[in-house]
Amino acid sequence: MERTETYNDKVVRQFAIMTVVWGVVGMLVGVIIAAQLLWPALNLDIPWLTYSRLRPLHTNAVIFAFGGSALFAASYYVVQRTCHTRLFSDGLAAFTFWGWQLIIVLAAVTLPLGITTSKEYAELEWPIDVLIAVVWVVYAVVFFGTIAKRRVKHIYVANWFFAAYIITIAVLHIGNSAAVPVTLTKSYSAYAGTVDAMVQWWYGHNAVGFFLTAGFLGMMYYFVPKQAGRPVYSYRLSVVHFWALVAIYMWAGPHHLHYTTLPDWAQTLGMVFSVMLIAPSWGGMINGIMTLSGAWHKLRTDPILKFMIVSLSFYGMSTFEGPMMSIKTVNALSHYTDWTIGHVHSGALGWVAMISVGCMYALIPRLYGRTEMYSSKLIDVHFWTTTIGIVLYVASMWIAGVMQGLMWRATNADGTLTYTFIESIAATYPYYAVRLLGGVLVLSGMFVMVYNVWKTVAAGSSDRDVPVMAPAAA
Amino acid sequence: MTTGWTLFIAILTAVNVVGAIWLLWVTSKRSPGEMQPGAETTGHTWDGDLKEYNNPLPRWWLWLFYGTVVFSLAYLVLYPGLGSWQGTLGWSQESQWQQQVEAAEKAAAPVYARFEQMSLEELSQDPDAMRVARNLYANNCAACHGSDARGAVGFPNLTDGDWLYGGQPDTILTTIGYGRNGVMPPWGDALGEQGVEEVVAYVLTLSGQSAPSELAAAGQAKFQMFCSSCHGLDGKGMQAVGAPNLTDGSWLYENTAESIRYTVVNGRNNMMPAQLELLGEQKVRVLAAYVMSISPRPPAPEAAAEPVEADVTAGEAGARDGTDADS
Repeated sequence: MERTETYNDKVVRQFAIMTVVWGVVGMLVGVIIAAQLLWPALNLDIPWLTYSRLRPLHTNAVIFAFGGSALFAASYYVVQRTCHTRLFSDGLAAFTFWGWQLIIVLAAVTLPLGITTSKEYAELEWPIDVLIAVVWVVYAVVFFGTIAKRRVKHIYVANWFFAAYIITIAVLHIGNSAAVPVTLTKSYSAYAGTVDAMVQWWYGHNAVGFFLTAGFLGMMYYFVPKQAGRPVYSYRLSVVHFWALVAIYMWAGPHHLHYTTLPDWAQTLGMVFSVMLIAPSWGGMINGIMTLSGAWHKLRTDPILKFMIVSLSFYGMSTFEGPMMSIKTVNALSHYTDWTIGHVHSGALGWVAMISVGCMYALIPRLYGRTEMYSSKLIDVHFWTTTIGIVLYVASMWIAGVMQGLMWRATNADGTLTYTFIESIAATYPYYAVRLLGGVLVLSGMFVMVYNVWKTVAAGSSDRDVPVMAPAAA
Repeated sequence: MTTGWTLFIAILTAVNVVGAIWLLWVTSKRSPGEMQPGAETTGHTWDGDLKEYNNPLPRWWLWLFYGTVVFSLAYLVLYPGLGSWQGTLGWSQESQWQQQVEAAEKAAAPVYARFEQMSLEELSQDPDAMRVARNLYANNCAACHGSDARGAVGFPNLTDGDWLYGGQPDTILTTIGYGRNGVMPPWGDALGEQGVEEVVAYVLTLSGQSAPSELAAAGQAKFQMFCSSCHGLDGKGMQAVGAPNLTDGSWLYENTAESIRYTVVNGRNNMMPAQLELLGEQKVRVLAAYVMSISPRPPAPEAAAEPVEADVTAGEAGARDGTDADS
C-alpha cells in the first residue's frame, strides 16, 4: 500500500507564529518612534534608540518580518492546498524559514548600530542583501517546484499573485541592491545621483506593488472565498486585473520623484501609469468584496470575515488615494508631508495588517488541529481596537499632512513664507498625539491576538500531519 | 535625448497601454465554449470547495479603466512624457517654477517699492518695513541666529550690541549682502601643549575669569607674540578682520577653559553666507534695517556726518572707545 502523502505544515506553523511575534515587535517599535515624535527626549540620548535608526527598524520589521512571515506562511499553505501536493522540498523550505529569521535578527542588530545603505526600505548592508537574495531564490525554487508537481491542471488564481510577487521581488531586490562593497559593513550603490534615486523608487514602489499588494492579494484570493464559503466572484476579472496590475505597476515609481532632478518625461510616465492603476487595483477589491455578497449575514457572527472586508475596503481606499497623490498638482501639496505617512499606513495597517491578521486567525487553528480560535470574542475585540486605531492614525495624519502642505505654501503679501518650518511642526503636535493613540490601540490589539493564539496553540496539537486531499474529479 | 531613446520609450509605453486595452476588450466579452452550458462556475475545484464564478466585468469598472487610459493618452499629448516629445502645452517643471517666481515677485513688488526711497535708519523706524523684515528674518535668518535673534554657540547674538565686524548700517549691509568668513587659525602646533595652557589661562583672565597666575603671566607673552596681530595687544579685537574682543565677557563660543582650549588648538571657521544674490538688494536692505532695529545702536564714528565704510574704519572705532562698538 502506498504511503499517504501529507502536507508540510511545519514550516507554515513556524512562519505563522513568527508573523504574530514580529507583528508585535514591529508595531511596538512603531509606537516608540511615534512617541519620540511627540516627546523627542524619549531617545534617552542613546544613539541606538534615535528616531533615525529605529524608523528603518520599524519599517523593515513590519514589512519584511511581519508581512514577509505572513506571506511565507500563506503562500506555503495555499500552494500545497491548491496544487494538491506536498511542498517541493522540506529541507529547502526549512532553509527559507531559518534564513529569513536570521535576516530579520541581523536587521534588528545592524540598523540600531547605524549600519545602513540609507536607501529607504532597502537599508540593509550588502552581506545581508546577499543572504536575502539566496533565501529568496530558494523560496522561488520551493514555490515553483511545488507548482510544477501539482496534481491539478489549472493553477489557482492565488498562486498567480504569489508567483508574480516572488519573481518580481527577486528582480527588484537584486537590481536595487547592486553595490560596491568597501568593508563588511559599508558599500556604495552601483548607481549615482538621479539614476540611483530612480532605481531606488523603481524598487520602492514595486515593493509596495508586488510585496504589499500582489502577495497579499494572493492571500486574499484563498482565504476570503474559504472563509465566506463562496466561489470567487469573477474568474475573468481576476485575469484582467492580474495582468493589468503586473504590467502597469512597474511604471509607477517615478511619482515618488515629482519636481526633482528626474527629467519631466519620466515623472509624467510615472504619473499617468499610476492613474491607470486605479482600475487594476480595484479589480482585486471588487473580486474580494463581491465574493462575500450572498454571505453578508456571516459578518454578524464571524469576526475573521470582518477583518477581511475592512482590509479590502482600506485596500480600495488607499489604491484610489495613491493614484490621486501621484498627480503632480496634488503631489505638490502632499509630498514630504504626513499625508504620505497616513497613506502608507492606510495601506500597511488597513490592508496588509488586517488581511494578514484575518488570515492568521483562519489559518492558525487549522495548523493545530482545531476548527477555530480559542476565543471568537477576543478576535472581535482585536478587530475593533485595530479598526478604531487605524482610523485615528490615518485621519490624524491626513489632517496633519494637508495642514503642513498648506502652511508650507502660504505666503504673505511681501512674498515671504507665512510660517516657518518649526511652526508647522508645532502645529502638528496634537495630531502626533492622536496618531500615537491610534498606534497604541493597534498594538494592544496585537497583544490580544498573542493571548488568543497562545491559548489556541496550547489547546491544539501539531502531531497529526494532514494528508493531501485528492483533486476533485473534473 | 536621441531619437532612438524616444522611440524606445514611446513604443514601450504604447505596447503597454494598447496591451491593457486589448486585454480589456478581449475579456469583456464572453468567448464561446469557455463555460459548460448551464454551469454556474468555471468547473474547476481546488482544495475541496474553492470554485470560481465567471461574472462579467462590472461595467462601471470597465469604463473607469477606459477612462483612465483616455486621460493618460491625452496627458501624454499635452505634456512631456514620450521621450523628447515636449507636449503641446510647452510645460516643463522649470518653466512652471519660473512663472510662479515671476508672479510672486510681481505681486510683492509694490510692497518693496516704497522702501527703496528710504534710508536704513528710516526703514528701521518704519512699522510696515519691520513687519516685512520680521517675515524675511524668520524665513532666512532664524535657522542660525534663532527666532529671537539671540544666536547660539557659533552664531552671533544680534541683539546685544556686541559686533564682530561693526554695527554701522553699511557694515551690517555688507555683512548680510556679501557674507563673512571669520577664520581663526589653529595654534596647537605652534604653541605646544604647555603654550596652549598658558594662552588659555591668559585669555580667561582677560575677561576677568580666574586662572593660575603663573600660567596666565606666561601666557601674556605668548598672546602678544601669536594673537595680538588680530586680537590686539589689549585683546580687544579688530573688527576689520572680525577678530572678537576677548575682554568683554561676550562669547561666540563658550567661555569655559575647555572651549577656549579647543579654539586655540584647532582654530575656528565661521561662515555667514552671502544673501545678496539669493534675496536681492531690496530685501537685504530691509533685513539690515531689521538688525539695526533689534540691537542697541553703536555711536556713530566721529567726524562722519553719514555712515562711512564701517567695515574698514570700525576697527579703529572699537580701539578708540572700547565700549560696545567692539568685537
